[in-house]
Amino acid sequence: MSDFIPAPIAQLPWKTILLLFVMASFGFVVLYSAAGGSVSPWAGLHMGRFGVFLAMAVVMSRFKESFWKTMAFPTYIVIVIMLVGVELLGAVGGGSQRWLNLGFIRIQPSELMKVAIILAVARFYDLLPPSQIRTWGAIWPLFALLALPCALILLQPDLGTTITVFVGALTVAFLAGLPLRLFIGGGAAVAVLAPIAYFFALEDYQQRRVTTFLNPENDPLGSGYHISQSKIAIGSGGLFGKGFLNGTQSHLDYLPEGHTDFVFATMAEEWGLMGGVVVLFCFFLLFRWGLGVAMKAKTRFSQLTAAGLTVTIFFYVAINLMMVMGLAPVVGIPLPFLSHGGSSMMTIMICVGILMSIDRHPGRQGGAFE
Amino acid sequence: MKSAKTISSAMQTLTFSRRATVVGGLQIGVGVLLAGRMAYISVAENERYKLLSESNRVNLTLVPPRRGWLIDRNGKPIANNKTDFRVDIIPDRLRDKKKTVATLAELLALDAEDLERINRELEQASSFQPVQVATGLDWEAYAAVSVRLPDLPGVSPRQGFSRNYPSGPAIGHLVGYVGTASAEEYKEKPDPILITPGYKIGKDGLEKIFEDRLQGKPGAKRVEVTARGKIVRELRTRADVPGKAMQLTLDIDLQEYAARRLGTQSGSVVVMDCESGDILTMTSMPSFDPNSFSDGIGVTEYGMLREDDHVPLLDKSLKSLFPPGSTVKPMVALAFLEAGLSPDESVNCNGGLQVGNRRFRCWKRGGHGRVDMAKGIYQSCDVYFYHFAQKIGINPIALMANRLGLGQKYPIPVPSQFYGTVPDPAWLRKKYDREWQAYDTVNTTIGQGYMLVNPTQLAVMSARIATGKNVIPRLIMNQKKPVMETLNIDPEHLLYVHEAMSDVVNGPGTAGRARLPLENVKMAGKTGTAQVVNLDYGRGGNDVAWKYRDHGLFVCFAPYDNPRYAAAVVIEHGGGSGAAYPVARDVLTFLYDREKAMDVLTGLEKSWGGTIQERMDTKMAAYRSKKQLEKAIAEGTAPPPPAASDAAETGGGD
Repeated sequence: MSDFIPAPIAQLPWKTILLLFVMASFGFVVLYSAAGGSVSPWAGLHMGRFGVFLAMAVVMSRFKESFWKTMAFPTYIVIVIMLVGVELLGAVGGGSQRWLNLGFIRIQPSELMKVAIILAVARFYDLLPPSQIRTWGAIWPLFALLALPCALILLQPDLGTTITVFVGALTVAFLAGLPLRLFIGGGAAVAVLAPIAYFFALEDYQQRRVTTFLNPENDPLGSGYHISQSKIAIGSGGLFGKGFLNGTQSHLDYLPEGHTDFVFATMAEEWGLMGGVVVLFCFFLLFRWGLGVAMKAKTRFSQLTAAGLTVTIFFYVAINLMMVMGLAPVVGIPLPFLSHGGSSMMTIMICVGILMSIDRHPGRQGGAFE
Repeated sequence: MKSAKTISSAMQTLTFSRRATVVGGLQIGVGVLLAGRMAYISVAENERYKLLSESNRVNLTLVPPRRGWLIDRNGKPIANNKTDFRVDIIPDRLRDKKKTVATLAELLALDAEDLERINRELEQASSFQPVQVATGLDWEAYAAVSVRLPDLPGVSPRQGFSRNYPSGPAIGHLVGYVGTASAEEYKEKPDPILITPGYKIGKDGLEKIFEDRLQGKPGAKRVEVTARGKIVRELRTRADVPGKAMQLTLDIDLQEYAARRLGTQSGSVVVMDCESGDILTMTSMPSFDPNSFSDGIGVTEYGMLREDDHVPLLDKSLKSLFPPGSTVKPMVALAFLEAGLSPDESVNCNGGLQVGNRRFRCWKRGGHGRVDMAKGIYQSCDVYFYHFAQKIGINPIALMANRLGLGQKYPIPVPSQFYGTVPDPAWLRKKYDREWQAYDTVNTTIGQGYMLVNPTQLAVMSARIATGKNVIPRLIMNQKKPVMETLNIDPEHLLYVHEAMSDVVNGPGTAGRARLPLENVKMAGKTGTAQVVNLDYGRGGNDVAWKYRDHGLFVCFAPYDNPRYAAAVVIEHGGGSGAAYPVARDVLTFLYDREKAMDVLTGLEKSWGGTIQERMDTKMAAYRSKKQLEKAIAEGTAPPPPAASDAAETGGGD
């Protein structure tokens, strides 16, 4: 085959592209049904965006590791500035705002921060001499990097994204080799502090989401409505679903946000458990590829970045699916490749692009401190 | 934090791959958890969620059944159903009450009074009870609401049937009316049909008594609806089973005629078929319009009915008790005859009779001269009865009264009937703990004192006098003629009394003007004038305040020589029997010659200010403007009226 196909094309990670394409196409099918059997308004746009962002990812895969390394901190700073900008715009415009309108696309800086924080933290541990990994000096810069973005995103307020950013950074730190007892101790502290945080830190609507999540039937018409209806959609789908275009929960508008955050429920209603298993399997392949890229990477920065980005995508999927199945509160995180939404798809595809770049350029053995 | 050993880059790589494996394992763990969770929801709990999904999708609405018709003896509708577009509010589905009501008010052009009623009912109603906004809408208004449904949660426009009473007020008391089930009724029997908009149950009268028979079985409509309540398509419909029709013994035309003929008076007309006991007419006026009640009556209209001193809300044919006055004299005469009094025995009437230490007067101050039984009846001489009643005693009279149906309760399907009093010594002892005196006999014999009857009883009495049989009134049509027991009254006695009663009308009697304007039908009757307060005889005419005037009564049957119809007319505070017998005359004329009777009525109605409906409308308008004025005065936006305007209030009796 390689005889007929030009080298640059043959070298593309076709397996990965095929996987992504399958998932986005399934997204297309689900969104087509969610719109009542119509390409507009969601399915067509979804596929179009996927094409554009896939091209972007392929282009990104040509960049070398050194490029990402140099970009790590500047990108981080730019996005923090954008976050401040969003906050200011919101203050001026009155009311909270999460995006910057660039005309052709509305960018959510908090989305991009999910990527930027991974790059920045990975870069930091890349720069940190190995001997210092068990020192205080390995910890405080991590929190310094997290403080501003987390504070700004919480202000929006967007708890789901804050948690993703926070946990993404922690995962990189964990992989970088911070002492294990810190994580165990931290986990214990969270267990103790969570109830306190619930009562003092969370806003009213966030508190309600948590209580509703714990007991959705208590408030079937309020915020428990989302979870109840989503479970009804998934549960009524059964093993093989009600069939393509036959979902009643989504078509009769009982399922809210059936094309964005709750797209999995829309899918499950029509495709059943089988559809769900296929989606889960695709994600499994994606993460296996992502972690495989991290394992194969030779430099510390690319190891940490690849693993961090994979975990970031994983968080999208895990939190979203837990939410639609009633295992997590409603936090407003879309499902990669299936949910309709430009901002999140861009983030995911940037992650994919960087992963492809690392896949292509595993680097030389050793890190900055040889 | 400082570790003893230095950590090399190679060790870090090892740590990384170990920890990355842990992360990968955790991911797989989460993946398995999610797959398990999904399998649990979609397979183990599939049935439950399928059911929930169906109950989301499918909306079952009950269709109120059409009520059974009430028809008269000739098959004419007394109560039927008309197709109706209506709009209701279901309070617990309302989101923004104020806005919704305001929008509806604009779409349906509701007036202030409707809004007042809707808001009042919304406040009072339990959350699940539908509150009627409007009925009888045209298609445009109905469509205007229907298309805005997604923005009006809690509003329910429906196409259905509503109860209709073609003769309106004429039939109000007897049929009663229908209305939505109250919260108590729903608690007692929590059937969802009770809170379905448009479903009405019988609230009074025949509608209430025969509820089970009339109500029918609700239909059901299964529709697919969106989360916002928009109907996508109909799935399956089960038709309603209409209630069974009921045929009444009434002649609705006669009923309507009688109601109209009563005019502005307060009173009752009861006409019976002597042969079967069928009640042809049971009218009580003034009345209410059962259509207004069934549609949800406005405050103003209800207030007007409640404040009216002619008590339109009371069924006077069964629940008003009157002293029967001289109408009992034929009955008393029958008692005399049975006790052995010769009809030829006479007494001299000089205008009164001394009984004990009190002089009882005859209605005719100058006296009647020599009076025998016949004259006692047709001239209604009181002295004749004073005299012989004392001789015969009260017991035979009371027994005869009971035999002829006074003081009795009848087996007719009405929510309640008052059966009045036929006093006798035992009753008096029990009730007032005193011995019977001669003056009690004297009072009773002319239908005064403790004696009280309702107009239906008077009609039954005249039917029994007319036939000598134990006529039992019926309201429900039955083709089989009942077998009537005889009352065991000597036919000769009956004949004698019939003759005397004929003379009341056709001879030298007290009601010459009651003669039927017909060639071959003669009516027999008896007048009665019952005192309300202890005024001197003949003082209770039209020159005193309405509520002190004498009641006017008349009992009759026709044809006098072969009785077919018996009737009683009572005009409350009519000023004397002269108010009653013209009504009886015209009503009986209607049975034989409708045109002639209608001619009389048309002339009369012109002088009264129109038909019942027209007069009610005028009255309503006057009442409304009076209320508005009162409100304005109370609010200080209008000057108080001059004191003289109070006089107008007492002038309503003629």
